[in-house]
Amino acid sequence: MKLTLKIWRQKNADAKGKFVTYDFDGASPDMSFLEMLDAMNTKLIKARIDPVAFDHDCREGICGACGMYINGHPHGPGKAITTCHLSMREFKDGDTIYVEPWRAKAFPVVKDLIVDRTAFDKIQIAGGFISTNVGSAPDSHAIPVEKRKADEAFDSAVCIGCGACVAACKNASAMLFVSAKISQLALLPQGRIEATERVQAMVNKMDELGFGNCSNTGACEAECPKEISLVNIARLNREFYFAKIQ
Amino acid sequence: MTKLDAKIPEGPLAEKWTKYKASAKLVNPANKKKLDVIVVGTGLAGAGAASSLGELGYQVKNFCFQDTPRRAHSVAAQGGINATKNYKNDGDSIYRLFYDMIKGGDYRSREANVYRAAEVSNDVIDHFTAMGVPFARDYGGNLDNRSFGGVQVSRTFYAKGQTGQQCLLGTYSSLNRQISQGTVTMYPRREMLELVIINGKTRGIITRNLITGEIERHSAHAVVLATGGYGTIYYLSTLAVNSNPSAAWKAHKKGAFFANPSFIQIHPTSIPQLNEYQSKLTLMSESLRNDGRIWVPKKKDDKRVANDIPEDERDYYLERRYPAFGNLVPRDVASRAAKERCDAGYGVGKTGLAVYLDFRDAIKKQGEKAIEAKYGNLFELCRIITGINPYKDPMHIYPAGHYTMGGLWVDYNLMTTIPGLFSIGESNFSDHGANRLGASALMQASGDGYFILPYTISNYLADDIKTPRISTDNQEFEDAEKSVKERLEKLVSINGTQTATSFHKRLGEIMWNYCGMSRNEEGLKKAKQMLKELKDEFWTDLIIPSDLNDVNQELEKAGRVADYFEVADLMVDDALNRTESCGAHYREESQTPEGEALRDDKNFSYVAAWEYTGELKPYKLHKEELKFVDVEVKERSYK
Ligand code: SF4
Ligand code: FES
Repeated sequence: MKLTLKIWRQKNADAKGKFVTYDFDGASPDMSFLEMLDAMNTKLIKARIDPVAFDHDCREGICGACGMYINGHPHGPGKAITTCHLSMREFKDGDTIYVEPWRAKAFPVVKDLIVDRTAFDKIQIAGGFISTNVGSAPDSHAIPVEKRKADEAFDSAVCIGCGACVAACKNASAMLFVSAKISQLALLPQGRIEATERVQAMVNKMDELGFGNCSNTGACEAECPKEISLVNIARLNREFYFAKIQ
Repeated sequence: MTKLDAKIPEGPLAEKWTKYKASAKLVNPANKKKLDVIVVGTGLAGAGAASSLGELGYQVKNFCFQDTPRRAHSVAAQGGINATKNYKNDGDSIYRLFYDMIKGGDYRSREANVYRAAEVSNDVIDHFTAMGVPFARDYGGNLDNRSFGGVQVSRTFYAKGQTGQQCLLGTYSSLNRQISQGTVTMYPRREMLELVIINGKTRGIITRNLITGEIERHSAHAVVLATGGYGTIYYLSTLAVNSNPSAAWKAHKKGAFFANPSFIQIHPTSIPQLNEYQSKLTLMSESLRNDGRIWVPKKKDDKRVANDIPEDERDYYLERRYPAFGNLVPRDVASRAAKERCDAGYGVGKTGLAVYLDFRDAIKKQGEKAIEAKYGNLFELCRIITGINPYKDPMHIYPAGHYTMGGLWVDYNLMTTIPGLFSIGESNFSDHGANRLGASALMQASGDGYFILPYTISNYLADDIKTPRISTDNQEFEDAEKSVKERLEKLVSINGTQTATSFHKRLGEIMWNYCGMSRNEEGLKKAKQMLKELKDEFWTDLIIPSDLNDVNQELEKAGRVADYFEVADLMVDDALNRTESCGAHYREESQTPEGEALRDDKNFSYVAAWEYTGELKPYKLHKEELKFVDVEVKERSYK
C-alpha cells in the first residue's frame, strides 16, 4: 500500500508543532496501524531522521497507552477499538492519513504524538479509591453484592484511561472518564461509605486541572474504545447533586 | 560450590509463616518515617508493595517506565486469580493449592515459599473485594469461581477475561491513596539503569528520565525490584512490547544471582503469528479451555474448512492423550502437544502452525448467551485481530512465549543475594518451579507485594534504623551515574545501519528455535555461537538517533536489546546445564517412550542460581538443593 501520511511533529511541549508529510509505500493490509508506524519509523531512522514518537505498550487494547487522533477520530475509524487494534485493512492504497496527538489543554504535548496525561492520575489521586488498609478486609462473602450491580460496576471499571473521551469532546471534558470511576465505586456497597467526599473531590480536581464542562454531546461515548456509557455521567451528576444537598 | 541459604524457618510447613511473622523484627512508626524504600515497577507486586509499605508509614519512591502506574503489564492478565476459599465446597484447601503448584511446577520450586503463597491467597481476594474490584458474582451475590488448567477444583476468581486489569486498577487505587497521603512519591517515565551498592548494601538506583533524558540518582535504605519477566526475549510474545528484564539484569551484574533462567512458560493458547511485521502476539485466556475443545484433523494437510470436517475425522489430541485432564492439562503439556501435532504435519491455517480451539459443542449445550457471558470480550478480541468469529468457526491458536518462572534468586525473605535488594512477583524465581499453573501469577504477585514483603522488609530494615537518609553525593552514586552515561554514549556512537528492533527480532528467532518449547544440546550450542555473532554485529552496526537529552525510544529499545543478548546467553547456559526435562524445560534427550518430559531427580533436584563473575567470564553455578518433606515426589502425570 502507498500512503501519504501527514503526521504532527513537535519537538517538545514548548516548541511549535506542524504537520509533516511522508510518502510511505511499505504498508500492508495485514499490519496494525502501529506496525505501519513502526515500519515508517524504521525508514526514517535509516535516513537519519528522528522517528515519530508515540506511546504504546500492551498492543492488545488493555493498557491504555496508545492513542492518536487519526483522520479526525480518536483511535481512528472503527468502533470500540484502541489505536493498537486498528488494522490497516481499514485503509486503501493511495489514502492520505492525518495523524495527530490528543488535543486538550489538560493534556500538553510531550513530543510528536505523545501527550502528558498525568492529569488523569491526579483526578484518581483526589479520591478514586476505597480507604481500606492491607489486612483489614472482612471475608469476601461478608457483604453480598447483587449480581446486576456487580456487573454494572464491572462495565464502568473497564475504562483504560486512554483519554480518547477528552480528545473527542469539543470542550475537552473528562466527564466520561471521571464518571466511570465514580460509578464503579458508587455501585458497590464497599464504595458507598466515601461516595459523598469522593465525587466532590474528583469533580473539583477535574475542574481545577482545566478540563472543560460536559454539554451532553455524547462524542465521548461514541469514541470510547471500551464503550463506557453516558449512563455513567448521569450517575455522576446524581451523586454530585446528592453530595451537594447533604 | 557454595551452598545457598534460603533461610527457611524451622518447624512444620503450615506453621512456618505464622512463626516467622510472630518473631520478625518490627520497626516502630516514628522510625518508619525516617526509612526510604525504592520500589521499581507498578504491577500487582510493585504497586501492591508500595501501597502496603506506604500504609505502614515508610517513605516510598515508586518507579515505572510507563506514563502512569496503571499501565503495568499485570493489566493484561486475563483469566483469573486463585485462592483457597473453598467457596465451592469442592474440597479445596491451602494444602491442595500448595500441592497443585508443587506438582504443576514439576517439583522444582521451594516448598516453604509455595505454601506461603497459597496461605496468603485468601487475604488477597478479601483485600481486592474490599477495594472494590468487581469480581464476577453469582445470583446470590457471592463471588463466582471457575476452574483452570492443571487442577481439579474451582478456585479461580475472575472478572470476565479482564481479571488482571481489574486487580491492577484496584492496586493502582490503593497506590493513589498513599500518594494522596504523601507516603508514596511516584516517578513515572523513568527507567532504572543501574543499582547502587554502598558498603555491601543496596542503597539506590540510577534512572533515566524518559522525557528529558536526564540521568537521576535516587537513594533509599532498601530497593525492591518488581520488574516482571523476560518473555520478550522471543521478540514475539504475549507480553507488552516494552516489558523487559533490564532492571533485574543490572542487579544480576551487581551480584544478585539469577535462578533457573531457562524456565520460561510457553502459553498454549495465543493467536498465531499472522505476518512478518507483527510486533506481538495476543493471548487468548486459558479459561477458554474450560469450554473449548482443542483438535486438529486426523488427515495430514487437510484443507477443508473446520466445520466441514466430520466428527470422526477430528483428532481431539489432548482428550486422547490425557483422558483424566483432557483439555485442562497444564500449559507446558498443552503447548508441547500442539507443537508435536503441527511438526508432524497436522497443523491448520495458512502457516500450518495452528490448532483449533472449538466452541461448537459448548454453544450447543449451554447456548450462545452463556458462552458470551463468560468469554464475550475474548471472542471479540479474536474477531478484531483475525477476522474469525468464534461463535461460528473455531479459533486458531498456537503457543507463544508468556511467563518466566526463572528470575532473581531470593531467599524466604524475598531478598536477593545482595543485602537490601528484594525481588517480588514475576521478577523472582521462587514459586512456580519449572511451570506455572494458570491464575497463580496474579495471586503470587499480589501476595508478595501486599502480604509478604512488608513483613520481610521490616525485618531487614529493623537493623537499619540508625542509618540516616542516604546521600546521593556518595562516590558510589557518582561511579554508577558515570557508567550509565558511558554506556548510553557507547550505544549512540555505534552509528551503524540496523535498528534495535531488527536485532531483537533475530535474537528472538534464535531463542525460539533453539531455546523454546523443545531443546537439545546441539541446538543450544549452535544458539550460543549465533548469539555471540549477532551480539558482535549489534555492537558494531546498530543505528539509533543520537539525542540523549530528549524522548529517544530507539535508545530505550537498544539498551534493552543489549541486555537481552546477555540474558539469552545465560538462558542457553542454564538449558545446557540441565540435561533433564522438567516442566516447560524440555530436553529432547530426556523423554519417556511416549514423548513425555522425563525428570532426573537424582541429579537435578536443585535450583540453579548463577553468579555473574565479569564480562565474558563463565558464570558460576550455585545449587540450592530442593527438599520435599510435605509432598511425595512423583512422576507428574495428567493421563
Ligand atoms: S472513558 Fe473511554 S475514552 Fe475515556 S479514558 Fe476511559 S476508556 Fe478511554
Ligand atoms: S498499546 Fe495498550 S491499549 Fe493500545
